[in-house]
Amino acid sequence: MTTDTLVRPPVAPAARPRARGPWLRIRWRSVFKHALLVLLAASMIYPLIWMLASSFKPTETIFREIGLIPSEATIANYTNGWTAFTVPFHRFLWNSVIIAFGSILGNLISCSLAAYAFARMRFRGRGVMFSSMLLTLMLPYQVVVVPQYIVFRQLHWINTPFPLIVPKFLAVDAFFVFLMVQFIRGLPRELDEAARIDGAGHFRTFLQIILPLTTPALATTAIFTFVWTWNDFFAQLIYLPALENKTAATALNMFIDASSTSDYGAMFAMSVVSLIPLFFIFLFGQRWLIRGIATTGIK
Amino acid sequence: MSGLGELTTLFRRGSAERARSRPKRNEWAAYLFLAPWIVGILGITIFPILASLYLSFTDYRLTRRRPPHFIGFDNYVRMFGDSNWWDSVWVTVRYVVFGVPLQLLVALGLALLLDRGLRGLAFYRSVFYLPSLLGGSVAVAILWRQVFGYEGLFNDFLEVKLNLFGVTLPSLAELFGYERFSWIGRADTALWMIILLHVWTFGSPMIIFLAGLRQIPSMYYEAAAVDGAGRWRQFRSITLPLLSPIIFFNLVLQTIGAFQSFTQAYIISGGSGGPGTSTLFYGLYLYRQGFESYQMGYASAMAWMLLLTIAAVTALFFATSRFWVFYED
Repeated sequence: MTTDTLVRPPVAPAARPRARGPWLRIRWRSVFKHALLVLLAASMIYPLIWMLASSFKPTETIFREIGLIPSEATIANYTNGWTAFTVPFHRFLWNSVIIAFGSILGNLISCSLAAYAFARMRFRGRGVMFSSMLLTLMLPYQVVVVPQYIVFRQLHWINTPFPLIVPKFLAVDAFFVFLMVQFIRGLPRELDEAARIDGAGHFRTFLQIILPLTTPALATTAIFTFVWTWNDFFAQLIYLPALENKTAATALNMFIDASSTSDYGAMFAMSVVSLIPLFFIFLFGQRWLIRGIATTGIK
Repeated sequence: MSGLGELTTLFRRGSAERARSRPKRNEWAAYLFLAPWIVGILGITIFPILASLYLSFTDYRLTRRRPPHFIGFDNYVRMFGDSNWWDSVWVTVRYVVFGVPLQLLVALGLALLLDRGLRGLAFYRSVFYLPSLLGGSVAVAILWRQVFGYEGLFNDFLEVKLNLFGVTLPSLAELFGYERFSWIGRADTALWMIILLHVWTFGSPMIIFLAGLRQIPSMYYEAAAVDGAGRWRQFRSITLPLLSPIIFFNLVLQTIGAFQSFTQAYIISGGSGGPGTSTLFYGLYLYRQGFESYQMGYASAMAWMLLLTIAAVTALFFATSRFWVFYED
């Protein structure tokens, strides 16, 4: 049932006959490899660590010091950033959290329902529906956003989280439907049949048999939904223009708009704050992310 | 199997599928399960697609209190005479043509380097993946803006003089006679910094490639080695063909995504697409037409051009795929 290809044992390198000192050769090669990889990893991560370090430096010294250890550490940037606007920064974080968790709930419910139907039921138009579901993966957001915006405006949904959350309850993120379809297909059908013989209908089978077994795919869905909505900018920019409704992402953007009096320290500090949830996901949710990427082949 | 792979096979065996799915008594149960999805695809996807097609033939502006007025192909004609539009197309095309293959090449190269039981694989995989996770965020775009700005980290790095055992080495800037400038503030380098940001997020395609490499049975390599094939030959004749479906799908999906990119250019240029129009991405120009000037008609026409372009490029990929994508079955 497992679709995880990452846990397969690594393949032993094919033995290549070498004329002299194969061990020495191999070791040099691997030292070189590791040196290269460490150098690359360090240079990729350095800017992130620099931002973290800079967030503890007084603004005037940020661009004067290339090093990481601040000559004088301060948390003033955090307090300044938190209160940089008339609305405190935790309000923006809270707005982001509401949208993220609303989206997660919506995606978990709607995508799993649709996935069960696609994976386990036969009905007229299934092929066409499944294909059109997959086709929406390729649809540019720009081609639907203008009419959506007009409609949501008519509904007076601007400056509410509804335009961002309601679509998630309608399974518009085809990626997750597909992910769950793939997962459910891998579950043994005998389970469904046993449930059916015991008199369970489709809804009961879904709720009590399939859904508990789909937990890994649900976890992947929840984590990806969180990351995507947390990083989302475009939709939050257009649907939540009022200051008190801004999210962490769009609030950060205001630091740039006010660039005449740029408080780089505060901007970095709040950037760091906005990345903390993602970093926790990186630490604890990584295997779900990697599994999701590897099994669907989609970012 | 990837989504697009699924799609291709579905179309291939479409007729057989149709024959099998004869209506049954519990069909309604299926539609009940699908109800949210059906409402979604009709209301949130198909209706807006058609509505924006209609709007693209009108002069609709949100700010004016009058209904859309049909103007035929005027928006499309206007587009071809709009030099900013052409600039945005050119910027986006360069971003797609350079950013996507570069990112995939780096991803593939590192996947190959990490494959075959390299010690510390999990560690490297994590570290390389981190930028992919954070790369779409506003915070990282802000960071990029500062790193490659005039006073930025990158310029400082170029001017670092290393002191080794009392000997001061010249900085890179001195070696190349480099005069400090803002990499995101100059029209000829700004776009490349955004491309670099895209390449920096190579982690997720790398993970897909790593998973693909694991699927290749090691006996292929063993057999090839017995027959005297070298590493390069093994790569050319085994790895590349067997990985080509995955490369193909990554290429298609990343291209589709790159055509729509918005956030990074918006943040790095401060919403302007500047300097000049050097980072005026298509998505950014569309946003400014639609949501800053409220010219919904023109923005819809632009969106439809984007849709048609993406469809055409995808079709082109699929049409050429049989020449370079290898399917085992």
